Formats: sequence, C-alpha cells, structure tokens
Amino acid sequence: MAGAGGGGGLGGGPAAMGGSDLQWCFSQVKGAIDEDVAEADIISTVEFNYSGDLLATGDKGGRVVIFQKEQEMVSPLRVAVSSARHSCGARGRHSPYVAMSRLSNKSRLHSRGEYNVYSTFQSHEPEFDYLKSLEIEEKINKIRWLPQQNAAHFLLSTNDKTIKLWKISERDKRAEGYNLKDEDGRLRDPFRITALRVPILKPMDLMVEASPRRIFANAHTYHINSISVNSDHETYLSADDLRINLWHLEITDRSFNIVDIKPVNMEELTEVITAAEFHPHQCNVFVYSSSKGTIRLCDMRSSALCDRHSKFFEEPEDPSSRSFFSEIISSISDVKFSHSGRYMMTRDYLSVKVWDLNMETRPVETYQVHEYLRSKLCSLYENDCIFDKFECCWSGSDSALMTGSYNNFFRMFDRSMRRDVTLEASRESSKPRAILKPRKVCTGGKRKKDEISVDSLDFNKKILHTAWHPLDNVIAVAATNNLYIFQDKAN
Amino acid sequence: MLCKGVKRKREEEEEQEPAAQDWWLEEASSSLSPEEEASPAPLPPSSLFNLSIFKLHHGLRRGEPDLRHLVLVVNTLRRIQSSMALEPPAPEPPSPAPVSPLPVVPDAPMCTSVSALLDDLSHIEGLSDTQTAFPEDAPLSRPPEPGPDPGRPAPLGSLEILLEDGLEGLFDDIDTSMYDCELWPNLKTDSGETEDKTQGPGLDVSELDYLMDVLVGTQTL
Repeated sequence: MAGAGGGGGLGGGPAAMGGSDLQWCFSQVKGAIDEDVAEADIISTVEFNYSGDLLATGDKGGRVVIFQKEQEMVSPLRVAVSSARHSCGARGRHSPYVAMSRLSNKSRLHSRGEYNVYSTFQSHEPEFDYLKSLEIEEKINKIRWLPQQNAAHFLLSTNDKTIKLWKISERDKRAEGYNLKDEDGRLRDPFRITALRVPILKPMDLMVEASPRRIFANAHTYHINSISVNSDHETYLSADDLRINLWHLEITDRSFNIVDIKPVNMEELTEVITAAEFHPHQCNVFVYSSSKGTIRLCDMRSSALCDRHSKFFEEPEDPSSRSFFSEIISSISDVKFSHSGRYMMTRDYLSVKVWDLNMETRPVETYQVHEYLRSKLCSLYENDCIFDKFECCWSGSDSALMTGSYNNFFRMFDRSMRRDVTLEASRESSKPRAILKPRKVCTGGKRKKDEISVDSLDFNKKILHTAWHPLDNVIAVAATNNLYIFQDKAN
Repeated sequence: MLCKGVKRKREEEEEQEPAAQDWWLEEASSSLSPEEEASPAPLPPSSLFNLSIFKLHHGLRRGEPDLRHLVLVVNTLRRIQSSMALEPPAPEPPSPAPVSPLPVVPDAPMCTSVSALLDDLSHIEGLSDTQTAFPEDAPLSRPPEPGPDPGRPAPLGSLEILLEDGLEGLFDDIDTSMYDCELWPNLKTDSGETEDKTQGPGLDVSELDYLMDVLVGTQTL
C-alpha cells in the first residue's frame, strides 16, 4: 500500500507474483443498486492518476467523479522514503509535490486504503451542432490525468468533439477580515473605512473545487476515441476516426494534424482509427490502431504529417478461422504501452495480444479472453455485441494484464506464470474483504457445478472499462453503472 | 430512404425499431427447418446480407452515424456479396419462407429477396417511390469490374442501387464539414479543416460560429 512501506510498492509485491497468483478481495462498490439503470449513470471511462491516490470515472451523463484513497497519517520521513522508492520503479516522473499532498490530507483511523468521493463535477453538457442538426453527446469517452506539478490536480476529459482541461484544487482555509468587503461579501464604501486590518486565514471544511482551465474545441470532424498525454508533459494527442491532432496544453486555438487517413473519395473508406497512445518515455513516438487489426507506430521527428508509419504491426490472418466476421473481430478496440515502454498490448474482440516493439510480424504473446464466443459470432453480430469496445490494462509492474468480458466477468493474465483467471464483479460477492472466487464458463458437454454455460451469459452486463493502480495491486472495474474496487489480500 | 437531411427524432426511431427488428427475426427463424433450429447453424449468406443491409440503414438513419460501425458493416457486406457471387447455387432446405435460395449474381431469386427487403423498408420509411424503381426482371447488380483494382474496394453492386447516390451517398451525409461550404471561400478545402487552425489565414473559428448563429437566427447582426 502506498506510503506504508510494505511490499516494495513496485506494483506486484514479491517478484514471482502476478495477476493470478494473487487473491483478489472485494474492497468497495460505488453506484446505485437499483435494477433500473439510468443511461446517464453508465460509466464510460475509468482512470487512476500517476500516484494511484486518485481514481476518476466519467459517465454517459457527462459527469466526472473523482475518488481519493484515504491515507493514514505517516511521519514526514517515511513519506519521503516511500515516494523516493516509487519514483525509482514506476513510470514517469514523480515530483516532491506528491509527498506534499499526502501530508495535507486529513488523517483517518482506518488505513485500508478506501476510496471515497473527492470531487464531482459536470464536465460536458449535451450540445447541439446547428450546421448538421445533430446533438453532440455529453458522454465522457476518455479521462487522462496530467502528472502532478503542484498542489492541484489536472486532468483531461473528452466527449466526441471537445477536450477539456480541468483543475481540481483543495481549499481548506478562508480569509476573514477583508477591508473592502464585509463578511457577507458586500462591498464596503471606501469612505466609511476608518481603520485598516490585516485579513487572517481561518481553517474551513475542506472544499474541493473543479474548474475548467482550457477548452480544446472545433478540431475534430469525427468522433474522438482517444486522448494521450505526452511524456514531455506539455503536449497531448487526440484521435478521432480519421485524424489525429497534436495539442499544446497551453494553446487552445490551434492544433497540429499529425495523422490523416481520410481518403479523398469517401466512398473508398475502408478503415478507421480506433485508438492512439503516446510512448511513455519517447516523446516523439506514438501508435495508433485500426479497425482492420493493424497498429502503426509513428515517429514525429521523421515528418510533420505522420501518414507514413515507421513500423507496421499486423498478424497474418489464420486461414482456418476465416469467416465473414474476421475483420470485425480483428478490429482493435484498445492499445496500451507497457510501463516499461518495451511492449504494447492490443485488445481485439476475442483476444489480448502483447507486441514487442521490435517485432512487427506477429505478437509475442496472445491471450484468449472468451474463445467460446467464436461459435456465436453470428448472434453477436445480430445483437451488435460484436462491435463492443473492450479496454485492457497492464499491472504496475507489467507482469499481468486485465480486460473485461460479458456477464460482468473480467479476465486477468499472468504473463510470467502463463496463468489466467476469470473473476466476476457482482453484488453477490460484495462482502468486505471477501475473496473472489474464480469463475468458469462451460463450453459444451456436461456443465459442472459452479460453471456457467455460454448460453446463460448476460451480454448486457459488459465490463468495457478497467484500470489497474500504477503501483499497488488495486483494480477498478466498471460494471455498467457500478464501480468495483478490488485489492489483493496482502493489502 | 436515405435522403440527406432526413433525421428522425430519437423517440420516433425507438418506436419503429422493434417493428423493424421483429421483421428480420421472423424471416430468419422461419428460414430454418426444425432440424436446423435444434442445432443452430450459421445463417446462410443471404440472411446475413439482409441483416447487414438492415444494420446499414439503421446506422445511417441515426443522427450522427458511428463511422467505425458503418465501415465494418460495409466491409462485411462486401465479403458476403463477393462470396455470394463466387458460390455455386447450393440446395436450399425446404422452406415456405420468403427468404430466397443462395443466388448467383444477377438472378430472379435475388431480385425477389431484395424487393421484399425494399417493400418492408418502404413501409418503414414511408416512401413509396422505391418500389417502382426496381422492375423484377431487371438485373440488379452490375457485372464485376474487370480485374481487381487493389486501390479501390469492390463495388457493392445491388447495394449501390439501394442507395440513391451509390456509395458516395453512404458516407457523404457524415462529412458535412462546415469548411466545405462556399459561403466562406477564404477557407481551404476539405482536407484543410484542421490545417486551417494551424495556418491562420481566413475566418477565425469563433467568427464562423458567430456567422452560424446569425444564420440560425439566435443572433442578429
């Protein structure tokens, strides 16, 4: 656990442990219990910040909810030691302000590291595009945190068209004894002031304020699917179906177009961009994935417009499993670099693949998420489930992978031990610190006790969004309108 | 049909959705003989073709289509159509359903199923002129272009006839970029939407917004 000094904080505990050796326990669930789910409450993105102390969710109603991990009060010396340890192992830079924010948090008696609501705000509102007579959805597609540079926290949130930079800051003091205004805030008549006094700072209940600092609008004709903050911490990219733009965080009235795959003749369109991400360490490198199952790595130093890739990753199609749906299931729904920057992971409909950036011909590892669905592709095409976009994520140490599936199942793969496990996010197994029982899907023949048959799976309960704490074994899983937080038993 | 500018309100769409979907499901299920229903076999390409056409129309009727969804459906349609073109006519299970046997390209049975599709669509869409445009004995698909053109995706044949403007109409509706409009000749063309922001000359985006507001009437000059 962060700050406690146990387990090394390098995201995996003892070196041999990976995702499936751990015992995952229920920690918390956030959200309404009603069977009737309001569309606006459906969670559409989940993201930990760089330290893992903050967890942000975005929903279809355009709201952002930020949870903060409760900290036990530790002595300043221990905080300094643990934050130094974190900066050695984890990605990105850690500034001393990380330690400062811990000191400013109120102490709590229990130190199980529960996440509680820190801030809630309306990030995006529904808009109307007058030219096209279309509503622009307020749904938050992605949230990405900026590395912390001072006491405030910054994040980027985006809907289909507009990206916003939000500042989340704490206020726990207020000034009293102003000269020019009285306690109610009304201005005092200057001529009535007979004496001057120095305002004093008085403590107040902690107030967390969110304010929009930048609005990056009008740069995307198509729907934004990804945003990614660069390792230079000054620029970021935003990608829609056909174009990728590069922004400077300080400049809102212009952006550079770095990828454009729109054909001159739209009737020749056969491929769209599905995800994009900057390399975690090399600020000139980014990747983008396509609906045809390809990934292109681009180097911004080679040319201003990165239409020509530096590397092209594609696995040849297996002719034995060819079907009408081959292309749809090869469409990549998410791409994520490993923390180390040596690998990247892609998620297509049925599998997760790990690619070595030095090998373009095929992935180095392939994990089947729910291979039992391969014989059901026709039905899944009929009910549109085949178009669902699942995300994937790395553990802090890159030793394990996680991705979601149907029936509120999610899958974890231990890369070193070559083991995998299926777990379920459900209210039934939501007792405090209850260990999650592995689930199994029966693919045919005799169904064993505790197994669930493929035909009984609930395809409306899909886990599309998951996040793994950057340092500890804490995971956040979004199940429709509920956010589940699981921790490993050692924590 | 696929007229540009015909955008329905969400409530209307949702009311009609169940009816349209029921139609498809009825056809699909009745096309299977009892033996086939017991162990679900993959749908014949013609049913998949019909399903894909339905998805395409449904996707285009939405306010702002999901481009990825559209592209994937169109590509799947192309695969199905090229496989239907290549396959020899296979023996069909006996069935009273209106779903046609696997066709060789321009064929009367194909016309029948497409006409059935159009009949139902026109019922849904409330347009009657589509029925008269397709006499049943006319070949519905053009012969495939001689030799594969690697750069250009294969024409969809009968699909193009279903769309008023051919494939151009398919994606045209999506790309109504305000910068293409002749009202602002200073601006660069289509490919320059985002370049415009970086290069400067021409109208500012905020000015464009203002002009739009004037046109729409929320502001007066």
